[in-house]
Amino acid sequence: MKRVFPILAVLTALLLAYGFYEAMWVAPTERTMGDVQRIFYYHVPSAWTGFCLFFTNLLASIVYLIWKNPKADALAVSSAEVGVVFCTIVLVTGPIWARPVWGIWWTWDVRLTSTLVLWLIYVSYLVLRRFSDSSQTPVLAAVLAIFGALDVPLVYFSIWFFRTQHPQPVIGGGGSLDPRMLRVFLLNLFTFSCFGAMLCWARYRLEWMQREVDEAEALESLLGTESVSLRDTQVKIAAGKNPRHP
Amino acid sequence: MNFLASITWATLAKDIRLEWRSKDAINSMLFFSLLVVVIFSFSFDPTAEESRQIAGGLIWVAFLFAAVVALNQTWARELRNQVLDAYRVSPAPPNALFLAKALGNFILVSLLEAVMAPLFVVFYNLRALGPAWQLIPITLLGTWALVVNGTFFAGMSLRTRSREIMLPLLLFPISIPAVQSMVEGTRLILSGDGSARFWIVLLLTYDVVFTTACLALFGTVLQAE
Amino acid sequence: MNSSNYLYAAYAATWLIHGFYISVLIRRYFRLRGRISGQTKR
Repeated sequence: MKRVFPILAVLTALLLAYGFYEAMWVAPTERTMGDVQRIFYYHVPSAWTGFCLFFTNLLASIVYLIWKNPKADALAVSSAEVGVVFCTIVLVTGPIWARPVWGIWWTWDVRLTSTLVLWLIYVSYLVLRRFSDSSQTPVLAAVLAIFGALDVPLVYFSIWFFRTQHPQPVIGGGGSLDPRMLRVFLLNLFTFSCFGAMLCWARYRLEWMQREVDEAEALESLLGTESVSLRDTQVKIAAGKNPRHP
Repeated sequence: MNFLASITWATLAKDIRLEWRSKDAINSMLFFSLLVVVIFSFSFDPTAEESRQIAGGLIWVAFLFAAVVALNQTWARELRNQVLDAYRVSPAPPNALFLAKALGNFILVSLLEAVMAPLFVVFYNLRALGPAWQLIPITLLGTWALVVNGTFFAGMSLRTRSREIMLPLLLFPISIPAVQSMVEGTRLILSGDGSARFWIVLLLTYDVVFTTACLALFGTVLQAE
Repeated sequence: MNSSNYLYAAYAATWLIHGFYISVLIRRYFRLRGRISGQTKR
């Protein structure tokens, strides 16, 4: 497991570089929007990755609530954090794309607004995790994730109806893609998914390591440094091994 | 079911009785609501036509701020003297406590709205051009939407640092569809642009979904403290 | 502003945000390793 991560990380970095090259130079220039349209190759894959990560968080939260598995909780916090990063990128690149093309920085259309609300919900999730002093923080956070998940369809539906009453320009409108553009898009979609998964994995490992260290330090203050088993734990952590497995 | 109802009623009656005897929370909140209305009226001073378009938003934002002030003190009494611990070990269902608190907050916030609404009507010269009776379900359902989630998140914020800011931080994002429904519905009724029926149905859906979720998960939150 | 500048701004923003987050993770990792070596020294 330890060897796999650096190899995959390098592969993902190479894929990202290749995806960048394809998006910038290989993909044909769009007729009406020009070169600015290339933002699309970063904006939409980031949105897709972010939503997948938030969905992962929902599943992990439910698993944690039912089975109280600490690994599920570590996955929940990791996917929430990385999801917020990707969602931030969506909300930043969206207006940068909209301004030259449609002349407006922002519009309260369905997709943008739903993304903003999702971002708000998950930032509040992260704030709750940071500010909560309870030992049961994972439970509270999992409950909040479920509330957020219940909220999202309602948000989408309410804005959709609002927009049918007050139509406005739809940013990033549909229409078919040139097959060469589709290829670049799918490549970047795959690449960003891998990148998101790698970041989440890295964050998960960091979280798990943090918990082991905290636990070891707590044990140390409880038992004192003379404990032999504690020494074993510390040596194992330092060697990068999981102290729970022999 | 009877057990749940009787405990709910007993807790609610206790809260109302305690509040009625001291009246400190309610008085300060009433005055706060009045201040909010006045400040809004100074800041947004539109002509009669514009006021109909934006009054919905103004009123509900003012209600939202008043509701947050009311919600923040929901559990204040229970935190003293380990009352929450007593509740946790008692055979009383946690839903009874939640319902009692939510209903108490509902009464309190409705009272605040009853004070603020006529002031808004006066300051903005409001007149409902659409079906005015629809304002009643919007107000009732909207207030419940804010209160039910607010009471729940107030419970979640109990063991956090900066408890008072944590509540609006959690409540506002989740309440966005409800607030939009209230604002749009009110705007439609005031300006006579159409029926607010869709927004009332959406509010009802929101209330059903989140009341169920709160009732289902409050036990977990109460035990988690 | 030329429309291509928006393109560069968007890509730059993406990588800045990712770079910032990765640097946060790396810093946390090294701080953790410091704590571990602090423990084993004792």
